[in-house]
Amino acid sequence: MKHRSIHFFKDVFSSYAFLLPWLAGFFFLTLYPMGYSLYLSFTNFNVLQSPRWVGLRNYLIMFTGNAQFPRDERFLNSLGVTFRYVFLSVPLKLLFALAVAMLMNQKLRFIPFYRTLYYIPTLLGGSVAIAVLWRRIFSADGLVNLLLRTFFGVPNPPSWISDPRYALYTLVALAVWQFGSPMIIFLAGLKQIPQEYYEASSVDGAGKIRQFFAITLPGLSPIIFFNFVMQMISAFQVFTQAFIISGGSGGPLDSTMFYSLYLYLKGFAFAEMGYASAMAWFLLVIIAALTALAFKISGSLVTYGSGE
Amino acid sequence: MKMKRMRRRDIELVQKIVTHFFIITIGMGMLYPVAWLISASFKETSIIFTDPSLLPKTITFQNYIEGWKGIGIVNFGTFFKNSFLISFLCVAANLVFCSLTAYAFGRLKFPGRDFWFALMMLTLMLPSHVTTIPRYVIFRTLGWVDTILPLVVPRLFATDAFFIFLLVQFVRTIPKDLDESAVIDGCGKFSIYLRIIMPLMVPALITTMLFTFLWTWDDFFNHLLYLNSPQKYTVPMGLRLFLDASGISSWGPMFAMSVLSLVPCFVLFFSLQKYFIQGITTTGLKG
Repeated sequence: MKHRSIHFFKDVFSSYAFLLPWLAGFFFLTLYPMGYSLYLSFTNFNVLQSPRWVGLRNYLIMFTGNAQFPRDERFLNSLGVTFRYVFLSVPLKLLFALAVAMLMNQKLRFIPFYRTLYYIPTLLGGSVAIAVLWRRIFSADGLVNLLLRTFFGVPNPPSWISDPRYALYTLVALAVWQFGSPMIIFLAGLKQIPQEYYEASSVDGAGKIRQFFAITLPGLSPIIFFNFVMQMISAFQVFTQAFIISGGSGGPLDSTMFYSLYLYLKGFAFAEMGYASAMAWFLLVIIAALTALAFKISGSLVTYGSGE
Repeated sequence: MKMKRMRRRDIELVQKIVTHFFIITIGMGMLYPVAWLISASFKETSIIFTDPSLLPKTITFQNYIEGWKGIGIVNFGTFFKNSFLISFLCVAANLVFCSLTAYAFGRLKFPGRDFWFALMMLTLMLPSHVTTIPRYVIFRTLGWVDTILPLVVPRLFATDAFFIFLLVQFVRTIPKDLDESAVIDGCGKFSIYLRIIMPLMVPALITTMLFTFLWTWDDFFNHLLYLNSPQKYTVPMGLRLFLDASGISSWGPMFAMSVLSLVPCFVLFFSLQKYFIQGITTTGLKG
């Protein structure tokens, strides 16, 4: 057996001293709360009284209901709203980001300036101020309708945020508007693709469209994948905008009742913390499953260059 | 031959002009709502919603004066003071504790390091909701609800994995010879961290500072959970209170305060934008 000196143990000890704040945080602010919320998800808990074990009831109410309690249709609706939002906003956002990044990936002057300008919506977009602005410009007598009436001659434009058919799409628009981060990442990625590939293929007679599918898209695929996963995870958790734009109600007619908004209302407005914990754990499962699925699909679609 | 080259240059020039045109047009469309917001905050409330133009005919500061008064006893000065205090404390805590953790993960060798690092990376993807309720219960038991402690104290435990990741990436690019010569000079781990790693990490620390500030400044969810009394409200909470309390009549003041709430983000972004871009490209930080 190899003899380990006192020096070795001292070294390990002092290394762990640097990790101590994070380790303590990991156990007390992440791992333990995760376990605790898993436990709470099987209980009835309103903060004031101690949790009461109810088995799978919270989960049953979410999906099937039981003899005593009907199925929670509002929950299923919030799940649907969130899925629609995620799978509309994320692809659209990435599409815009890629298109603009390609437009900017040329030898042009002012590119750094343009890049800065295009980042501004992302810089500001998460704030309450912009959510307030959005709520106002998409209201019945807001800026959008003012423009539609005066410049496009639309006599009766819809009242976007108070119309259940359109309210969700104003939030999708707000998300797509903030395409700055993926755009900057795409722009950096495009610069990594060797210029010779394009030159060689144009000698072979390949057109721009062919080059896009044969060189640009495969070259960017790891970045597209990365952006997709990260944007998806954060889109599932959207809260501030939905809260401000609907005034905390998820309305009209629950059409903007996002998952995290419903979770917040259940946990903190109705004090059903057991149920809210079950929702939180189900969200974790969804995100984990979708991420795993994305990784699996990416195995066949994503090309990693030899340089990586 | 010469003709052909000329023509090709012409085509390239036209192409460039068209591209500039597209980029500028799309960009203006994107920025129009923000520009309109700023302009509207200087217009008289009565004309705000009938005037889509960006240049107000007469400039009034009345909205700012009205808005600053806030609601009842609490004015926006209080909200700004609270927001700045919380943001400052969170920035300071993240700079110290995320860099300590990043130094351990990126530089030190110890058994279990890769295991902990993998776990740390997993927490990057963890939806915060699974810890929200238990943390609330814990902080409530400690009597911390309606104080700033639940917003600041977690930062003392390097809970923002994004910044650890960013800093680890950066630490790995610092040449190891520097540490080795420092060891020969008799430096311990802590003085290597303090004297060699920290000074060389400044660009990544600035990125950490920027994003911590921005995310704390814009955070609404946690403030909504933990801050109950208007005296303790931050700017986002103040805006929301204002939105609920005031009727249709006060959109001017509302917009004025919204613009003010965005000013710190603008100032930081335009003075340090290089670090923003670096931060986004090196880690793919979410927006």
